[in-house]
Amino acid sequence: MTGLIFDIRRFSVHDGPGIRTTVFMKGCPLSCWWCHNPESKLPACETFEESRMFDGQEFRQMRTIGKEMPVAEVMEEIEKDLVFMNESGGGVTFSGGEPLFQPQFLEEALRECRRKDIHTTLDTSGYASRETIERILPYTSLFLYDIKHMDDELHKRYMNQSNSPILENLRFISERGGQVIIRFPVVEKINDHRENLDQLSLFLKSLPNPVKEIDLLPYHRIGSGKYAKFGKENLLGSMPNYPKERLQEIGDFFKGQGFAVKTGG
Amino acid sequence: MTERIHQLREQSLNAVNRISAERALLVTEFYKGETAGRVSVPVTRAMCLKHILENKFICVNPDELIVGERGPAPKATPTYPEVTLHSLKDLDILNSREKVFFRVDEETRRIYREVIIPFWTGKTQRDRIFSLMEQPWLDAYAAGMFTEFQEQRAPGHTANGDKIYHKGMLDLIADIEEATGKLDFYRDPDALNKQEELKAMKIAAEAIILYAARYGARLREMSAAESREWRRKELEEMAAICDHVPAHAPRTFHEALQYYWFVHLGVITELNPWDSFNPGRLDQHLWPFYKQELANGTLNEDRAREILQSFWIKFNNHPAPPKIGVTALESNTYTDFSLINMGGLQTDGSDGVNDMSYLLLDVVEEMRLLQPSSMVQVSKKNPDRFLKRALQIVKTGFGQPSIFNTDAIIQELIRQGKSIEDARNGGASGCVETGAFGKECYILTGYFNLTKVLELTLHNGLDLRTGKQLGLQTGDPGSFQSFDDLLEAYNKQLRYFIDIKIRGNNIIEKLYAEYMPVPFLSLLIDDCISNGKDYNAGGARYNSSYIQGVGMGSMTDSLTAIKYHVYRFNNLTLPEFIAAMDANFKGYESLRQDLVYNTPKYGNDLEFADEQAVMVFEMYYDAINGRPTPRGGTYRINLLPTTCHVYFGSVCGATPDGRKAGMPLSEGISPVQGADRNGPTAVLKSAAKLDHIRTGGTLLNQKFTPSFFYNEEAIDKICQLVRSYFRMDGHHIQFNVVDADTLRDAQKHPENYRDLIVRVAGYSDYFNDLGEDLQNEIIERTGHEGL
Repeated sequence: MTGLIFDIRRFSVHDGPGIRTTVFMKGCPLSCWWCHNPESKLPACETFEESRMFDGQEFRQMRTIGKEMPVAEVMEEIEKDLVFMNESGGGVTFSGGEPLFQPQFLEEALRECRRKDIHTTLDTSGYASRETIERILPYTSLFLYDIKHMDDELHKRYMNQSNSPILENLRFISERGGQVIIRFPVVEKINDHRENLDQLSLFLKSLPNPVKEIDLLPYHRIGSGKYAKFGKENLLGSMPNYPKERLQEIGDFFKGQGFAVKTGG
Repeated sequence: MTERIHQLREQSLNAVNRISAERALLVTEFYKGETAGRVSVPVTRAMCLKHILENKFICVNPDELIVGERGPAPKATPTYPEVTLHSLKDLDILNSREKVFFRVDEETRRIYREVIIPFWTGKTQRDRIFSLMEQPWLDAYAAGMFTEFQEQRAPGHTANGDKIYHKGMLDLIADIEEATGKLDFYRDPDALNKQEELKAMKIAAEAIILYAARYGARLREMSAAESREWRRKELEEMAAICDHVPAHAPRTFHEALQYYWFVHLGVITELNPWDSFNPGRLDQHLWPFYKQELANGTLNEDRAREILQSFWIKFNNHPAPPKIGVTALESNTYTDFSLINMGGLQTDGSDGVNDMSYLLLDVVEEMRLLQPSSMVQVSKKNPDRFLKRALQIVKTGFGQPSIFNTDAIIQELIRQGKSIEDARNGGASGCVETGAFGKECYILTGYFNLTKVLELTLHNGLDLRTGKQLGLQTGDPGSFQSFDDLLEAYNKQLRYFIDIKIRGNNIIEKLYAEYMPVPFLSLLIDDCISNGKDYNAGGARYNSSYIQGVGMGSMTDSLTAIKYHVYRFNNLTLPEFIAAMDANFKGYESLRQDLVYNTPKYGNDLEFADEQAVMVFEMYYDAINGRPTPRGGTYRINLLPTTCHVYFGSVCGATPDGRKAGMPLSEGISPVQGADRNGPTAVLKSAAKLDHIRTGGTLLNQKFTPSFFYNEEAIDKICQLVRSYFRMDGHHIQFNVVDADTLRDAQKHPENYRDLIVRVAGYSDYFNDLGEDLQNEIIERTGHEGL
């Protein structure tokens, strides 16, 4: 069994507890306007030409994004940092793209991690079938679960898919006692209005088990350079970084609703 | 900080480094006199020290609490003509060079011209050394194969143990008399030598008591003239302290620090040993005094802090003695490497972190001085709070404290045959050098240019820069059938040059034992007294000599590039590769681009590259470790560069890793600048593949931008990163916390960054005092962005 991986990053310290290795899986069913990893959407290898100035000359070379990797090879990479994971209470995070988009590979990789006592985190949009969720749930120590918009129509507009499987899966995970941190990517004028915040709060409160925390991820232009680099269209254009003061207000709102809140990821 | 500390700190920061002829004159006067040459060498040296301490100017800085200056004023730096004589041209260079200068005034120049130079020409230790070095050594030295630590400075690199906190000089004199009484003139052929050495030690002990008495008298004079009541009282107290120490064991915190400072001055006045002298485990030494005085109510935290800060400033007043030529290049800094140790374990193996450890960290943070250097020893038994407190200071970006693995240090010492207690009381001095404090003479003898050995191997022993057949003819590289053939040739060249270096070392060690004993330093280090033997002659309980390997990363990447492109993928032949290097990659830009970007590199946790690191390490270790030294010690290796990677790079042509001719080599065991692309955990994994426990210290530099330490959680993760490295037996790690833009701006506007200190390699330095090449290199080192 192989997975399509586009990066494995070590000393990843924002995607779950401790020092982690994050496995970025290629392919995503959503198409968010603000996606930070535009090269991660397509579920296939992509090749493009890279240019570099060196010694006053331009060098061009072809670069391929994405690599088919067997579970064993991915495990080998993960286990390289076992000592750091053990020392810090860290582990591995599967991110993307959308890791649930490759359910067979993900299940095997997660099961292998569990067998080796490595803490597993799934950084996901939750957009998957119920069956997929049921398969991976027993081997997932923590979910970093994105909720991007509560309004289904707007969700379709900005994400190109309905939010109903996302919300239903979250309820299901909660019922089964899964550990969940909610990640809310805050984008100006798209999902930061009061109504959306209220609905999100109400929904989270309605879950059978409380979420551990809400992480607010303010929009950052970090991804915009990538769009040009990979020749993709950036639908948000030149939107500036999310204003700090406003982020603080949103944080205060959720705190006021009784949630633990972290900003910046 | 209090107003007086602020003033003293300003005085120290603003004092101009200059040459003082005071010591040179007193030494010359003594050697011209009746005594020198009519008594034994050790007694001559002790009486010379006594002559200096009897006659030198007694300097007391305004309102200071710890007294004693090596020169007549802060940063007025003496010379040591009996070891190395500066010519007028040397003095001009010292005066006018842009970095690490020492101002030389007309009067000093005149004294040198009329008195010092005429007397010492041809009679110095340096003259003796160079007259005995053979041609292969001289050629290799000139080519930059290695450096020689003892050609301008005496052996040293030692740290103080806890003896002085229990024994006064009078107690040591009693020990000397006891040892003298036990001499056996019937059966011991060395009895006379021992008697003379012990006699010399006694004179040296008396000399420092006398020096303290002169301070006592001066402080009383000042007290009589002092109008401020509080200071008059203080001066009286300080005079009383000088009456008591160093003659007697200290009773109070203040006495303990003043005693150490007198001893420090004694060591650096007697000769100019490398790394001056070092208080070692200061928190362990001071804690009993502090605890007792807090309980008695005779001292409070604020007062202790003020005394410590006054003590700290004393170190900053004492730059390393002026260095010239290669010695200046290998250690191009004012720092004299007094590395204060905090934390670690107690003698019984229990956690050594105490309130004094934290107080010392406060002082480090508030003083923000170039000297002394500071480090924390971190054992698995020490609390995270201690390491995190240190990281909070590291975060402020002045390069201190550096972080050491106590549990590795102890293993290293035990492997070398030290007792468990002596190992626990040890630590690291200088940059990263492991030692049994107060019990060991561990001498660094010089840096060794690993990369240059490869260059010679690839040219059949010919040095392109000097045009000399410097090395062995190990074969035309075109004839190497395999990577193993290349390695075999490299190993032969390596052993050839190590032999040359060690032959030279063994002669130089003998010359110091014979002509430059250090009876004062011998008083402090066990078991020189009971052995009746000088520190430089093997009197210490443990004796080691080190040769410091430089260019580990560059060497590894060079071998890896050859293995990868020539022997694995047959992209080009070895002679083609060498032709590209000899052309400094001119016309081979595409190859160089491949070498820099598309070739496995050390520091990324890649087996293909890291196995070469292990091989380079093992060959170096096998060539050196375990060989005997003349004073009964053992040769060992460590891996650190100070600033020598810049000098060694300047004598190396282009290398197979894509580095251009003349550029710096990698430092310590750090990856080549910018070669680590897989993040810090990969760097630590690569570095931990070397067996640190079989070294006497390794140096790993990691540069982080301040953003890496942005909150408590981030600091937690850095703490875990360090703990993980130490779990893998890593010896030392230091963090350079500064962003590249700040450094670039500092290069453009040095005037705005007078206090900017950066971590260089095993030590910190003022950014403004670094050469432009080193400044550029620090800017280029990977800034690990990401948090």
